[in-house]
Amino acid sequence: MKRFKSFRLLIVAALAMGVLSACGSNNNSGNNAAPSDGASSSGQSASASASASEPAKKPESVELLNVSYDPTRELYEAFNKSFADYWKQTTGQTVKINQSHGGSGAQSRKVLDGLEADVVTLALAYDIDALADKGLLKADWQQSFDSNSSPYTSTIVFLVRKGNPKGIKDWDDLIKKDVQVITPNPKTSGGARWNYLAAWGYASKQFGGDEAKIKDFMKQLFNNVPVLDSGARGATTTFVERKIGDVLLAWENEAYLAKKEYGDEFEIVTPSLSILAEPPVAVVDKVVDKRGTREVAEAYLKYLYTPEGQEIAAQNFYRPRLQEVADKYKDQFPQLNLLTIDKDFGGWKEAQKKHFEDGGTFDQIYTKGS
Amino acid sequence: MAGAVTTVASLSSEARPKHLTEARPVRYLLIAIALLFIGVVIVLPMITVLSEAFRKGWSAYMDAIRDPDALAALRLTLLTAAIAVPLNTIFGVAAAWGITKFKFRGKNLLITFIDLPFSVSPVISGLVYILLFGAQGFFGPWLIGHDVKIVFAIPGIVLATMFVTFPFVARELLPLMEAQGVQDEEAAVSLGAKGWRTFWKVTLPNIKWGLLYGIILCNARAMGEFGAVSVVSGHIRGETNTLPLHIEILYNEYQYTASFAVASLLMLLAIITLVIKGLIEGKLASSKRGH
Repeated sequence: MKRFKSFRLLIVAALAMGVLSACGSNNNSGNNAAPSDGASSSGQSASASASASEPAKKPESVELLNVSYDPTRELYEAFNKSFADYWKQTTGQTVKINQSHGGSGAQSRKVLDGLEADVVTLALAYDIDALADKGLLKADWQQSFDSNSSPYTSTIVFLVRKGNPKGIKDWDDLIKKDVQVITPNPKTSGGARWNYLAAWGYASKQFGGDEAKIKDFMKQLFNNVPVLDSGARGATTTFVERKIGDVLLAWENEAYLAKKEYGDEFEIVTPSLSILAEPPVAVVDKVVDKRGTREVAEAYLKYLYTPEGQEIAAQNFYRPRLQEVADKYKDQFPQLNLLTIDKDFGGWKEAQKKHFEDGGTFDQIYTKGS
Repeated sequence: MAGAVTTVASLSSEARPKHLTEARPVRYLLIAIALLFIGVVIVLPMITVLSEAFRKGWSAYMDAIRDPDALAALRLTLLTAAIAVPLNTIFGVAAAWGITKFKFRGKNLLITFIDLPFSVSPVISGLVYILLFGAQGFFGPWLIGHDVKIVFAIPGIVLATMFVTFPFVARELLPLMEAQGVQDEEAAVSLGAKGWRTFWKVTLPNIKWGLLYGIILCNARAMGEFGAVSVVSGHIRGETNTLPLHIEILYNEYQYTASFAVASLLMLLAIITLVIKGLIEGKLASSKRGH
């Protein structure tokens, strides 16, 4: 009987703990929420109205959420530290930047579903356009910051195994029978869409725009793809960790990072022609207006364009826009012929519709024959 | 789950009569197959996790575990379990009691619904909450209007975990309470005990080990759940990442040692859970024999 009593106590204690922690979490989320929390107690609403009446005074600290795509993890880890220092010095306010990473398309979907991103830094403009279509930010968001709101650029290169055993030099080597190509799925990955368009652009130049021949080229290329990962980082892991495939079509920054992590196991091959990838950034109007974080969110993205921000981008193998930083790192980034999305593909809306929507060229070349 | 309990009970009973025992080679073959499978499928991966975790030495291991994001993930995982498990326990006891002690219409339907989370893919159980509470979802506009955050925040993670771990306690108690019947309670009531007194003094002591076993299984799954939580978490580092999600992130960032270190932490939690489970199984078997 005695033993049972202690057991009963244990159960009661466990339940009490659960209930307490449940309350605790509620309080936490209440505090984290914006001051307009409808369910807040009278004390909280009093403080809320007080802060509303003197808007000039900044709160001690502020949090931002940056929803980004896969390969930018290392970039923003370094950049966030630098910005937090800068912001503390100029305003005295402590800023904490939270990060979320994933496939660019999937991340955009999450923001649509209610992930409260103050800023989005995605792989391509189309994924931010999708947010603008739903009214989360204004339609001409890409004019908000310099250079198409793309503070850094990148391109698509090949990562091959040491010594380049299959002798891969250019896009037409990718359709050889004995070559396995690793690229993520263009339906979910931003990087994969750039890969696809770069290959398409090359074939288009090669065959003088003959669409039947281009599609045939793309079909042969994708016949050589054994797995389609959902994001760029997944594809890199497939290639470097699981050691599948002879060549990885990758973001230039992703290729350099893999080479840095793995030393001389890999070589980077720059093809004769590639595409200028402009990963854009934007402030999500609806979220920053609700949370009152517009000022710091805009400063955060503007800081990407400063020499400090550009330097960090270059250190993480993104091509800087600022000439002085670009000159400093010019040995790192070989000059090559770059197609652009606007000139050669009529902009992202056009390219998305033609190539990646259901029934687009990717569906035609990929489902057929494979 | 229920099967596991009964097997344990029958295993620990006397050995089978000699003439029913298989020939020696057959016995050894069966045991060898079982050991081989356990070795390849379970022990080998566990050793890999540990050896990878300690590949760069003890200090790298401790750094990975002391990382603020890892600690935040640990806290969130424990918090989620601390909320989901007690609530599911209350529900499980109530449901098992209702189903086994009373007769009512729709009983079978209720049992089917309790089993539902076992048969639904965790990804779907996550997506359900996005469809209900997401910004584009059914309740989305209302929630935004009242500034209540569910998905991509702690409530969503707790809800998804509760959905996935919902059947464990009830499923564990149902066969046990079914087998015990209502005689003990009837005796208590006929001796003048009131409802709560009957529950505390008669029902609960009868089911206590089965209940604890259910709670532990529920807890193990609550701490390890990946799929459903991944869908509703939003993957914000240090905020909405549970341990399993944090492990995946570290792995994707080329921090293999750190990811395996955190994985070993999760494994440790699982092993502690299983040791307690083993102890309770023993108690359960002996309490059954006692009856």
